Amino acid sequence: MNCIIVDDEAAARAIIGQLCQAVEDLDLIEEFSGAIDAIKFLNQHNVDLVFLDIHMPGFSGFDFVQTLKDPPKIVLTTSDRNFAIEAYEYEAIVDYLVKPVTAERFEKCLQKVRNSLKRPVISDGDSEDFPGGNELYVNIDRRLIKLDLKEILLIEAKGDYIEIKTDSETYRVHSTLKKIKEKLPSSLFLQVHRSFIINFSKIVDIEDNSVLIEKNVIPISRSNRPELMRRLNLL
Amino acid sequence: MTIPNLDFIKELSSGDWAFEQKFIQILKQEFPLELEEYQSHIDKAQFNEAAMNVHKIKHKLSILGLMDDYELAIKHEEALLNGDTQWKNDFYRTLEKVDEFIKTI
Repeated sequence: MNCIIVDDEAAARAIIGQLCQAVEDLDLIEEFSGAIDAIKFLNQHNVDLVFLDIHMPGFSGFDFVQTLKDPPKIVLTTSDRNFAIEAYEYEAIVDYLVKPVTAERFEKCLQKVRNSLKRPVISDGDSEDFPGGNELYVNIDRRLIKLDLKEILLIEAKGDYIEIKTDSETYRVHSTLKKIKEKLPSSLFLQVHRSFIINFSKIVDIEDNSVLIEKNVIPISRSNRPELMRRLNLL
Repeated sequence: MTIPNLDFIKELSSGDWAFEQKFIQILKQEFPLELEEYQSHIDKAQFNEAAMNVHKIKHKLSILGLMDDYELAIKHEEALLNGDTQWKNDFYRTLEKVDEFIKTI
């Protein structure tokens, strides 16, 4: 994938540029110190990803996103944590990096971007839109993190918390399995044990008392097994 | 008092000497301009603009490992947006410290 950097601070551009250089599948094609030139460039070129500073003179990152008709994926970069919630109101914004950006955080961010760029698998189930929306927002450390329902592998109850596992990350949220179950489309998710809800589409295989979700072996309780078997497209 | 350092840049560069030198040159060019602009806005009581300068400078404070000064910058930036200059003198000391350091690298 290719990307551009938009930031009026040269030091910030240099850091993101250096981080980009270390990533094999990422091609930094241009850098801009101002929003206007970047918008012109985006109108003439296909760009997959923009690293965008929120604070720019006369033109905020949010102004920038609103200006674009068909924005590419955007990762906001900022020294300010206060805009996280506003950031997730925009469909195009995939992540929010607080400067200075570390290599570890950058890699996590790119994983989110890669996931968001994945084309849907050609199948009716995967292209389905759910009545409650395709996303779930979870509150973690006062940030509302947007999760794509289709990327959730499983949810595990852990005391007063639940852990939501996706392809790239595990999110620990103060909630219960019962509460999250109400928010999830039953066509995609199924409770297979008192401590586990699984994404039905992520099943790799099923043994007698367990189901494999990617590399996670999840127990199936006796009471939940009939429903699981009923929903399988058995030959 | 925390002393500025290049640990973050060295870690980021993973031994890429050319990048380290490039980054140091950027600091040497960019910081004095930001400092000058900040002082000018403070002198003219243009506090919103000064807050924007502090916002940019605070990134460099974190890059240089000055986390206490970074927290000070956050307070100063917020205060300036309310027309409050109570952290001005403390912030000047931070700026002087960074200015001195940048001249030595």
